[in-house]
Amino acid sequence: MRYAYFPGCCDHTSGREYDISTRALCHALDVELVEIPGWSCCGSTPGHSTSHLLGIALAARNLALVAEMGLDCTASCAACYQRLAMANVEMQNDPRLCEKINWITGKTYHGGVKVKSIVEIIAELNPEQIISRLVKPLENLKIAVYYGCLMVRPKAVQVDDPENPLVMDHLLEAVGAKTVDWGSKTECCGASLAISNDDVVLKLTSKILADAARAGADCIATGCPLCHFNLDMRQKKINQVFGTDYQLPVFYFTQLIGLAIGLTPDNLSFNTHFIDTSKVLELVG
Amino acid sequence: MSVAFNLTNSLKDNFGFINNVSKESGQPVEQCYQCGKCTAGCPVAFAMDYPPHRVLRMVQLGLKENVLRSQAIWLCAGCSTCTSRCPRNVDLAQVMDCLRSLAKREGVPLDDRARDVSLFYDCFLNTVEDNGKLYELGMMLNYNLKTRQLFKNANTGLAMLTRNKIKFLPAKTKNRRDVAMIFQRVRELEGKAR
Amino acid sequence: MRIGVFVCWCGSNIGGVVDVPRVAARAAHLPYVAHSVDYKYTCSEPGQNMIVDAIQKHNLDRVVVASCSPRLHETTFRKTIARAGLNPYLLEMVNIREQCSWVHSKEPDQATAKAIDLVRMAVAKAARLEPLSEGSITVTKKAMVIGGGIAGIQAALDIADAGHKVILVEREPTIGGKMVMLDKTFPTLDCSACISTPKMVAVAQHPNIELLTYAEVTEVSGYIGNFSVTVKQKARYVDHSRCTGCGTCWEKCPQKVSSEFNQHIGIRKAIYIPFPQAVPNKPCIDAANCRRLNGKKCGVCAKVCAAGAINYEQQDEYRQVKVGAIVMATGYDLFDWTQAYGEYGYGKIPNIITGLQFERLVNASGPTGGKITRPSDGKEPQNVVFIKCVGSRDEAKGKAYCSRACCMYTAKHAHQVLEKIPGSRVFVFYMDVRAPGKAYEEFYQRTVNEGARYIRGRVSKISRKGDKLLVKGADTLLGCQVEIEADLVVLATAMVPSRGSREIARTVGFTVDQDGFFQEAHPKLRPVETNTAGIFLAGVCQGPKDIPDTVAQASAAAVKVCALLYKQEIATNPMIAEVNESKCQGCLLCRDVCPFQAIETKTIPNNAHDQAKTQTVAHVNSGLCQGCGCCTSSCRSGAINLKGFSNEQIVSAIKACLCEDNFAELVRKVRKR
Repeated sequence: MRYAYFPGCCDHTSGREYDISTRALCHALDVELVEIPGWSCCGSTPGHSTSHLLGIALAARNLALVAEMGLDCTASCAACYQRLAMANVEMQNDPRLCEKINWITGKTYHGGVKVKSIVEIIAELNPEQIISRLVKPLENLKIAVYYGCLMVRPKAVQVDDPENPLVMDHLLEAVGAKTVDWGSKTECCGASLAISNDDVVLKLTSKILADAARAGADCIATGCPLCHFNLDMRQKKINQVFGTDYQLPVFYFTQLIGLAIGLTPDNLSFNTHFIDTSKVLELVG
Repeated sequence: MSVAFNLTNSLKDNFGFINNVSKESGQPVEQCYQCGKCTAGCPVAFAMDYPPHRVLRMVQLGLKENVLRSQAIWLCAGCSTCTSRCPRNVDLAQVMDCLRSLAKREGVPLDDRARDVSLFYDCFLNTVEDNGKLYELGMMLNYNLKTRQLFKNANTGLAMLTRNKIKFLPAKTKNRRDVAMIFQRVRELEGKAR
Repeated sequence: MRIGVFVCWCGSNIGGVVDVPRVAARAAHLPYVAHSVDYKYTCSEPGQNMIVDAIQKHNLDRVVVASCSPRLHETTFRKTIARAGLNPYLLEMVNIREQCSWVHSKEPDQATAKAIDLVRMAVAKAARLEPLSEGSITVTKKAMVIGGGIAGIQAALDIADAGHKVILVEREPTIGGKMVMLDKTFPTLDCSACISTPKMVAVAQHPNIELLTYAEVTEVSGYIGNFSVTVKQKARYVDHSRCTGCGTCWEKCPQKVSSEFNQHIGIRKAIYIPFPQAVPNKPCIDAANCRRLNGKKCGVCAKVCAAGAINYEQQDEYRQVKVGAIVMATGYDLFDWTQAYGEYGYGKIPNIITGLQFERLVNASGPTGGKITRPSDGKEPQNVVFIKCVGSRDEAKGKAYCSRACCMYTAKHAHQVLEKIPGSRVFVFYMDVRAPGKAYEEFYQRTVNEGARYIRGRVSKISRKGDKLLVKGADTLLGCQVEIEADLVVLATAMVPSRGSREIARTVGFTVDQDGFFQEAHPKLRPVETNTAGIFLAGVCQGPKDIPDTVAQASAAAVKVCALLYKQEIATNPMIAEVNESKCQGCLLCRDVCPFQAIETKTIPNNAHDQAKTQTVAHVNSGLCQGCGCCTSSCRSGAINLKGFSNEQIVSAIKACLCEDNFAELVRKVRKR
């Protein structure tokens, strides 16, 4: 299995654990990821938020590069996935827009590439492929699986149900973990306001942490670097501002599956988290 | 909204605006029956000056000035919770995108939270235009400079540095001129200068 | 031949757009037209008299009326010309209202041109009309009512009281339907059981009513006045002729099953009566859940039955009955919100119930004896949230329509909570309050005065918060978000056609609308008839409605049935298909396309001299044919003609439309493309 891989701009910075663990996990599961040569920013929230054309064009440039590779495309970052997938849908549905965008990018793309989230790629594997490699089942771990917005909305590109998605829950249950039933799976963490209005974001994020803690989770699993950054990096500040004492490590689902199939914590970048991950590693044994 | 709005005037003067929003966002704004499902689930409604359903109402009634100057359209985090639950199939997140874009093109003066959001988006996109990719450190420094709070988030920066999560130099895309051209051509089409 | 043309203004409906005098003036010059005038309201008495006078004065033998849709006034004008001594089928109507002035209101010139074209076509067709005469069929003096809820009960009683025999078929073990599940009825707060169970008993005791419960209609053939219906009597495994209804069997039965009647809040046994006042008041065995019938050791009911009424060997039985008319009263089910509303937890969060479940909770004969409690822990709720329009008025997740009864029953529920739980708080999320019935608005206001807090907005999400439910919504009047920590949430879920209603519609042979409700023949003027003659509608199967409207419609359907059954014979529509046997090749494509199973085969000699050589040809059953024209248009050899719409008549109309100038213009247009 081979996919064109879009790492996204925070692959070596704030979202490095996701890129590292995605590559390691895919390698272990015989999924070949080919980094798109010459990829550029997908436009992210600032792109489509300020100009429809800019948002589509920045993503479309990358889709054109993928089309040249003759592969289908995947992105680990949920934001990049959503942008690439939305641009793909819009261009396929609107030939006039497509022409305009092709003039802007100076490239020719008329659809044809399939864009999938890395969550879908892993979920579509034969479960045996993961279970047969299982060496360290996550049996003692109770996980609050957090999907955020970008993977489940809007409908045209949703990976799973927007109200009660289960795809990552099922993956983590397959490697032995228990997942908790909780109400904030797809509540927004406010990532796009993180820099400009962090007081707003602290409120949103603290509610998500409170909900996960109330549900009895040992940790949170996610598939989006923006969510991860907000929940992990900001946890300390939330504790300061709201007088709480959360110590909930936040993992990418790829890190946890990787751990279960015997990849070492170092390979999965467990040491770059803000919230100490050793407690969870002990639970897993 | 303490002063009564003259709806005859707003509908007459801003008929084009209403049509424009419908067309550019691709959303049937007239379909909205003001049930409030969007406002009910909006994670940032508490910080907005107008709740989401009222933003849409203002579009329906052609209250262009008020809606384009609102904080709400910039505080929308784009999470699409409203979109996924709307019983009338109106994608409000797309409408919000469109309103921000119109406000920007028309040079509507922004203040307070809205100004900060807009500034952040600009700083973000500037680094993309220059490098082809986001340059996080450059974006942060530029943003701090423009908001005149030089050391905002300095602690965060330090903590990220120790975890190797910040790079001093920007990562650059191979043909980054391609990306700069995209910005250039979009500006050309939308008729505004950098 | 002398054709009279009458062009109607319909007040400003047509006259406001189409230049009516000009249409009449142009028509005067058409071939065979001896008289052409316009008139303000042709359907009025003076208008009709004008036609009668004109026929006599100008010696007219064909009449063209250009006015509204023939569905509205064709019968009217047929009677008019018959009064003047003409065969009623020598009338041709032109629809210049629905198909012209209404749809072209912004382009009057083109509308007038179109009206002229339409009239020219009609005149050409009228010139080729033949007199037609109606046949007659005898009527079986018995009716069937399908569905034993309040609609079916009312219709059956009304028909039976008028002196006709009725067979009432109900698929559940008891009649009573949804109404008997309800606690009280708005706006009078009558006890629902007290007003519906006496009617159920009256059905059982009525000498003119034969009650078939636990039975389903599986096949219907025939036509108005002469339906033949196959009814499946499902095996009850209890011989009702022996059973005394003593109740020992269901007391002793060891198998507990979730109770449908109590909306799955309570339990029943595998041998059961759905509720104590059931009619008939004798049990049946639920084969899917009975231990003995599933090969396990049991047989308790047979052992304890002193009357020896239990019979595990009983089989489903089929019987055929002949009836002259059928009333459909199959009612509704509730929209399954658990499949659609993820934001309310997909039915996985406890203590979110439907309005009908609430009815069982608050009902003195319900599982809690009328005490309002939370299903999860039996505690009395202090904060109750009602959410309206769950599935209704929500085309994204549910149905576009309004379910009509929810506003009022929610007001009733709110009243009941406030009455039964002192100190409780009630919140109602609504988009509009629709209370247009008699004393409805007053009832709603009374609930508000009692302290129900009405919040104008929808609920976004319900999540668990400890043992409470966190309800997040918007108050759009306040313009902000609100949150309520509720103990119980009641959803006013939409009414949808009852399960299996599409199938029964197909079996009986009539159409359903886009939502699956049974299609009435005309929304205003023929609300209880279907497009299939002899089949009538009562209650929610036709569209959501409350009990008063349901009962009124049921009585209306009964009147229509009685009007039919009083006749010895009924006239048949002469505008039906006719086979020219000398042209028919016997391919029988017409039989495949006929939606009414009206095409039969017939064997005729194919050689006048040699009677032994035969061939098969199509034959039209005049009782079944509805004159739709499917066969005519599919016949490759042109052997079938629809009387009143013969090939010759239609082709002449088309030719008139494509008369020389129009034809040239058409050619130009085609060439341009």
